[in-house]
Amino acid sequence: MMTKDQAADIFDRIRRFSSADEVEAIFTGSHFALTRFANNTIHQNVEEENSIVSIRTNFSGRTARSTANQFDDESLRRAVAASENLARVQEPDPDLLPMPDAQEAGGRTGEAPVAPLSRFFEQTAAITPSDRAEVVKSIVSVAGKHNLTTAGIYSTSESREGIFNSRGLANWHHQTLAEVSITMLADDSSGWQKLNSPDVRKLDPVRLAETAARKAVESTHPREIAPGKYTVILEPAAVLDIVGFMFWDYSGVAILDQRSFLNDRIGTKLFGENINICDDAQHPLQAGSPFDGEGMRRHHVPLVESGVVKRVVYARATAQKMKNSEYAAKVGPIEPTGHGFPLPNEVGEMPMNIVFGAPEKPRSVAEMIASTERGVLVTRLWYIREVDPYEKIVTGMTRDGTFLVENGKVQCGLRNFRFNQSLISMLSNVEAMSVPVRACGEESFDMVVPAMKVREFNFTEVTKF
Amino acid sequence: MKTAVRLALDAASVRGVTYADARGVAIRNRSLTTKNGRVGHASESESLGIGVRVIAEGAWGFAASADLSRAAGEAAAARAVDIAKASARVKREDVRLVPEPAAVAEWTTPYKIDPFTTSVEQNLDLLLKVDGEVRAIAGVTLAEAGMNFQREESWFLSSEGSDIHQTKYSTGAGYTAYAFAGSEIQKRSYPNSFGGQWQNRGYELIEEMKLVENARRVAEEAVALHHADQCPEGTATIILDSSQLGLQIHESIGHPIELDRVLGMEANFAGTSFLTLEKLGNLRYGSDLVNVVADARQEHGPGLGTFAYDDEGVAAQCTPIITNGRFTGYLSSRETAHTIGATRSGGTLRAECWNRLPMIRMTNVSILPGEKPLSLEQLIAATDAGIYMQTNKSWSIDDKRYNFQFGCEIGWEIKNGKRVRMLKNPSYSGITTEFWNSMDAICSRDEWTLWGTPNCGKGQPQQVVGTGHGASPARFRNIRVGSAYS
Repeated sequence: MMTKDQAADIFDRIRRFSSADEVEAIFTGSHFALTRFANNTIHQNVEEENSIVSIRTNFSGRTARSTANQFDDESLRRAVAASENLARVQEPDPDLLPMPDAQEAGGRTGEAPVAPLSRFFEQTAAITPSDRAEVVKSIVSVAGKHNLTTAGIYSTSESREGIFNSRGLANWHHQTLAEVSITMLADDSSGWQKLNSPDVRKLDPVRLAETAARKAVESTHPREIAPGKYTVILEPAAVLDIVGFMFWDYSGVAILDQRSFLNDRIGTKLFGENINICDDAQHPLQAGSPFDGEGMRRHHVPLVESGVVKRVVYARATAQKMKNSEYAAKVGPIEPTGHGFPLPNEVGEMPMNIVFGAPEKPRSVAEMIASTERGVLVTRLWYIREVDPYEKIVTGMTRDGTFLVENGKVQCGLRNFRFNQSLISMLSNVEAMSVPVRACGEESFDMVVPAMKVREFNFTEVTKF
Repeated sequence: MKTAVRLALDAASVRGVTYADARGVAIRNRSLTTKNGRVGHASESESLGIGVRVIAEGAWGFAASADLSRAAGEAAAARAVDIAKASARVKREDVRLVPEPAAVAEWTTPYKIDPFTTSVEQNLDLLLKVDGEVRAIAGVTLAEAGMNFQREESWFLSSEGSDIHQTKYSTGAGYTAYAFAGSEIQKRSYPNSFGGQWQNRGYELIEEMKLVENARRVAEEAVALHHADQCPEGTATIILDSSQLGLQIHESIGHPIELDRVLGMEANFAGTSFLTLEKLGNLRYGSDLVNVVADARQEHGPGLGTFAYDDEGVAAQCTPIITNGRFTGYLSSRETAHTIGATRSGGTLRAECWNRLPMIRMTNVSILPGEKPLSLEQLIAATDAGIYMQTNKSWSIDDKRYNFQFGCEIGWEIKNGKRVRMLKNPSYSGITTEFWNSMDAICSRDEWTLWGTPNCGKGQPQQVVGTGHGASPARFRNIRVGSAYS
C-alpha cells in the first residue's frame, strides 16, 4: 500500500516531468478483499491490490486529466504528456480557477486546516481470508438452523486517498471498511440485511443473519393485495435507496444547468416540517475523506431545515459562476463548500455525506407498526430509476421482505410491489421517524437516515412473487 | 506483459492447484465530453495488471495485482491459493469444469480507423459542432455530448495450455438536448440515450453516425415535448423503436438467462431468475415471431459482446436462446454448464478488467429480424391505433425479471396507420413472458441495428461491462401504458 511519503515522491517526479502552469495529482489505492457466498457455500473469493495516480495539468484556463496505475518514470511521463496534450488543444475556460493552496483548501477563516479523520482500524485491516470464511460459516449455520439458503458477501478493505498540487496542497486520508450483506431465501420468500463500518467490531454478522432469516421465515407464502396508495414503513436501507436519487440535484451546477428539481424552489417549503437534512463528512457515523476532488475541506452544510430547502453545495468554480449568474439572488448562501468532484467534470459537485436530522419524538419501527391500522412494511427497495426529473418521480420494486401490517401487527408477507412515487410528496407525508442510523443499500451511497412511516405511498403494480 | 502472466501462472501451478489461469490486461481509454459550448471533461487513462484464478481443494480463489514484477506475480498466485483454501472451508461440493480444448490464438477487433490515431482536436471539434447545432434551437437549456474510445489488450494463459492474446477496441458517442420550462424538464438523445451508440469498432463508427446532421431535429423534439399531450394511461398497442427494444431484450431476456442467476449465485445483489431449470425447452417465452440468440461471434456484428474467446478461454459461440417463441438456451460457463446437461460452456465468462473475477455476462443477445420485408413505416401504416415509443428514458425490473416498467423520451400516437400527434412521458409496463407473447410483428433486416449497452452492472464487487443487442422495431398488443404517471 502506498504511503503519503511515497505519493509525495511520485508527485515530485510528476512535477519534474510537466511543463504545465499548475499540476495536481490525486492518489487512490486499496487493498480490497471480498468473500462471496451463495447456496450455503463460498463460490467467489477475491482480493486486489491497486494504486492509481490521476494527474491534472493546467495551462492558462485549459485543463485535462490522465490516469495511470504504474509508477515508473516512463509511465508517469506518458500520463503527464497525455494530460498536457488533452489540455493544450482546448479553448481557455474563463471559469477555471487556479488550484487552491493549503490555506484556501482549509476553508473559512478561523477554521482549522483539513484534519485527518480517524477512520482506520487495525482490526479491520488485519482480517484474513480465513477470518472471512469463519464468519461466512457462522452465517451459513444460521441459514441451516432455519432451513434456509443464504447468499451474500463479507468484504474488508484498507484504502488511501490523497491529493497534492503544485501550490503546496498535500492532503491524505487513510481508512478501512468492513461490509456484510446477507440474503436468506426460503422457497417463496426472502429476507435481507446489510451493514458496513470502518470498524469491523461494529458489525455483528450473526445478528444480521438472524434478522434476515426471520424476515424470510415470516414472509413465506406471500399474499397478493391490490396496488394502490398505502401507508408504508420504510426501514432505513429503503429510505436511503429512494431518497438518494434527489441529492444529485443539490448542486450549484445542477441549478445552473437547469436540470435540478430545485430550479426555482430553493427557499420554498418543499417537504414536511419534520424534514431536516445536512451534509456532514465529520459526522461520527459517516465514512470517507474530509476533502473533495480539489482538496477542499468538506464543510457541514444544512440543506433542508423544517422542510425548507435552504441551499445547495458548491465546488470553487461553481460558487464563483453562481455569484455572477441570474440565479444568484434565489439560491441562498453561495460559497465553496468542499463538495466538488475532481476536475474537469460536467456535474460539478454533490453532497455525499448525508445526515438526516433526528425527529423530536423518535419512533422505533416496532412503534410505527403498532400505530398502523393498515399498511406495508418494506425492508428494501430495488432497481430504482428516475421517471420525472422535476417532480422527482422514481420507480422501483420492493424486495426481500415486504409485509402486510394490520391492526398494529405484522400479519403476513406480501408479493412485491412496483412503485411510482414523487420524492417531494413522500417527504411531505412522513408521519414518524426513528433515530437516524448509518445505513447502506445498493442504489445509493451510504447515509445516516431514519426509518420512516409515510402515508399515501404509491404502489402501481404487483409482481409474481 | 505476457512474461509476467506466465510467471504468475507458473507460480500458481506449483502450489497444488487442480486448475489455474492468469489474465494480464492493459486498458487504455479516452473520454471527452462537451456541455453548452465548452469542454466538460477531457481525460485519458491506462490500467495494467494481472489476475490469477485457481481451484485448490475444490474451491475458487482469485487475487490480482497491478504490480507486474515477478515477486508480485508470485505473491498474487500464492494469495489466490490461500484464498481458495479458505473458500474450501465452506463448500458443499468441489467445483467442476466442463472440458474445453486448449486454444492458442491471436485476435484483434476488425476496425478501419484506430480511434487513438484521431486527434483530440478532431474529436472535440465534432462534439462542439454538435453542441452548437443543438443550442441553435430556441428553448434548449442544456446540450451535452460525449465520445469514448477503449483499447483492451489481454493475455490469457491457463494450466490446461491455453495461450490467447486478444485486442478489443470499442467506440461510442452521442448527445442529449435538454429543455427546462415551467415545471418540466424534457430531453431527447441521439442516436440513443445514456451515451449514444457503442460498438466494438474504430472511429469509422463515429463518422457513420450522422451526429451533426440529426442535431437540430433532436433539439427541436426536446423543445416540442413541452407542448405535447401527456401519454394516456390504459391498455394500448405499442411499437418500440429498435434501441428501446434492445434494452427490453437486455432486461427481460438477457439477464434472466444468465445461468449463475438461475442457480442462485447472484441472489444477494442482482437477484435470481424466473427461468428455473425445468423451463428449458418447455417454456413458451414469446410468440412464434420471437427468435433470440446470444452470439459473440464476429459474424453477428461488431457488438460490445463480440470477441474470439471469453475470459476463461472458451471460443465465441452462438446460442439459440428463444426459438420460434420457445425457450431454448441459457448463458453458461465452464463451471455451470453441467447443470443444464451441457458438455461445453456457452463461452460467456467475462471480466471488467484485470482485477475482477470473470463471471457470466451477456454477449450480444439479439432478436432476429422478421423474415418478411417490413419497414418501420409499413408497420406503422399497418397499425390502426397505437403508440410508437422511441429512446429509453427510464428502466426498472424486479429481481426475478418478471415485472418491468420502461419510460421513453418521446411517443407518437398512431391512428389509422398514421402518426397523428406527439406524446410526452410515454411509459409501458408488464410481465416478461406476457409481453413477449404479445409481439405480433417485427421489422426486417433493413431496420435491424446492433446497439451497445456500455453500462451493464453485475456482481460483487460490481463489474460494469458492455453488451450488444440487435433489434428491429416491433409491435406488441394489449400493453399497459402510462402507469408511471398514474
